[in-house]
Amino acid sequence: MAFGKAKRKSKMVSYAKWGYIFLIPFVVAFIVFQLYPLFTTFYYSFFEYFKPQVSDTFVGPNFVGLENYKTLFTNSKILVYLKNTVIMWILGFIPQIIISLLFAYWFTNNRLNLKRTGIFKSIIYMPNLIMASAFAMLMFSLFSNSDTGPINSILTMMGFSPIRALDTVGGTWGVVALMNFMMWFGNTTILLMAAMMGLNYSLIEAAEIDGASQLQIFFKITLPLIKPVLIYVLITSLIGGLQMFDVPQILTNGKGSPNNSAMTVIMYLNLNLTSRNYGVAGAISVFMFVICSVFSLIVYYFFSRNSASSSLRKKV
Amino acid sequence: MMKGHLVKESMSLKLWRAVSYIVLIFFSLLCLFFFFMLIINSTRSHYQIQQGFDFLPGSNFISNFKKVLSEDQFPIGTGLLNSLIVSGFTSVLAIYFSAMTAYAIHVYNFKGKKFMFNFILLIMTVPTQVSALGFVDLVNKMGMRNTFYPLIIPAIASPVVFFFMKQYMDSSLPLEIIEAARIDGSGEFRTFNQIVMPIMKPALAVQAIFTFVGAWNNYFLPSLIIQTKDKKTVPILIANLRSKDWASLDVGEVYMMITLAILPVMIVYFSLSKFIIAGVALGGVKE
Repeated sequence: MAFGKAKRKSKMVSYAKWGYIFLIPFVVAFIVFQLYPLFTTFYYSFFEYFKPQVSDTFVGPNFVGLENYKTLFTNSKILVYLKNTVIMWILGFIPQIIISLLFAYWFTNNRLNLKRTGIFKSIIYMPNLIMASAFAMLMFSLFSNSDTGPINSILTMMGFSPIRALDTVGGTWGVVALMNFMMWFGNTTILLMAAMMGLNYSLIEAAEIDGASQLQIFFKITLPLIKPVLIYVLITSLIGGLQMFDVPQILTNGKGSPNNSAMTVIMYLNLNLTSRNYGVAGAISVFMFVICSVFSLIVYYFFSRNSASSSLRKKV
Repeated sequence: MMKGHLVKESMSLKLWRAVSYIVLIFFSLLCLFFFFMLIINSTRSHYQIQQGFDFLPGSNFISNFKKVLSEDQFPIGTGLLNSLIVSGFTSVLAIYFSAMTAYAIHVYNFKGKKFMFNFILLIMTVPTQVSALGFVDLVNKMGMRNTFYPLIIPAIASPVVFFFMKQYMDSSLPLEIIEAARIDGSGEFRTFNQIVMPIMKPALAVQAIFTFVGAWNNYFLPSLIIQTKDKKTVPILIANLRSKDWASLDVGEVYMMITLAILPVMIVYFSLSKFIIAGVALGGVKE
């Protein structure tokens, strides 16, 4: 780390002001576009501030204390939306982590020695870069509820009866989870691969010589050694999952249908922002900020420990 | 006996290899399948698509393309141009200023440097949505509603890009080069722009791609800022398309619009995928 180079300090001192100068753009942009808006978001969460549908002028801002929070937790389904969000995340994350672990293990296994892995990696990473909203529109079109929709017409050809996936709760969750899985398992595979390649191969060789099976090596050696990276993947994925928006928003046209089962927290925030219900929108934002901050802190400790090198294996 | 053991071992290894190829091919096909359906349907007419799916392409690609471009309700041509402008500028600002920020922390010693580094790490995973309310409010007060500026300028502070640049500098930017430049009389800004930036090229290129794609796909904030048809970016047009009555749409056109939204990134990706994947592995967790 750069901080370790403190011994050079004496030479650098006269240049210190340049450090501040080079930081100016970042700091200014951060304060203006992130910190100040975060502050006003908190501020508005304590105010009555909305535009009635029939009127052109806003009501408020009038200070109402914790009224918006009370409304949020008693009169809205925020906890149901949080539950929906977490369920859809879990449904995608479980297959994602299993398949990614398997693929990363296969790609890095010297004895298996797979060929053409570059092509596989390119293909499975591809959905990650696809515009989520366009992908959701595509899935909506393909799963469209007519019996002659593309997916249903293939099912009919194969002798199954057509399904109306987007009319059922399970079907909608399934499609969202499938998309999340497809968009993220390639990315996770590559991260886990990088972690597995960084392992000391002699450990695995020693185990092989001692007669350990491939399964034993995987569960008893590889998995425990990459635990920090697994935790990192889990938490960053959870933070990303809590922000789930584009896919369910486009898939259900912002309605979270059927019966609000696919409504996520950020979709609800978006609903309040577009209907200019700013007080409640502020309360939702603060609620999300608190949840995400807790997880962000964990990632932060991961990174700062990681930078401090070897101690991370025990600490995280 | 030893020989027999080896043969048996390689048989089971062969079996494993076969299984892994089959599973890999299955999931690769899964990834490609929906996009295959997209491309096929974009070549077929509304009527043909209504009749059911066909694995062979149709002959309506050009006519769908022309119909989409002349569509007045969803001006995809303008949308693509708007997205290109926003993503291009976002990407340039993000990489240049993130490199500058990383340079400040990497090269100079000053009070609060460690705090600054830790602070940026800390805010790296705070989602932008939680400050969206204040952001929209600020943009309205600055009179920048329905302009591209609020979509582009905030990219100057991109913690994730900063972190990547910092890591790259740790591994590839020796301080001796900067000291040598100083001895030769180069000013600090000149050293940064003319000596450091060229060294950073590989990192800049990787991050340029990621920030471009991120901005290209971004839907949440732009949809709150952009109001008029002539300024809409592609994801907003897709959302508008979704909000129309499905029965009233020409389905061939719908698939063509999705294709146009996805294709530019796909082309860039497949021509640079090796490079991009190496970047993903680097950007994650190093060492």
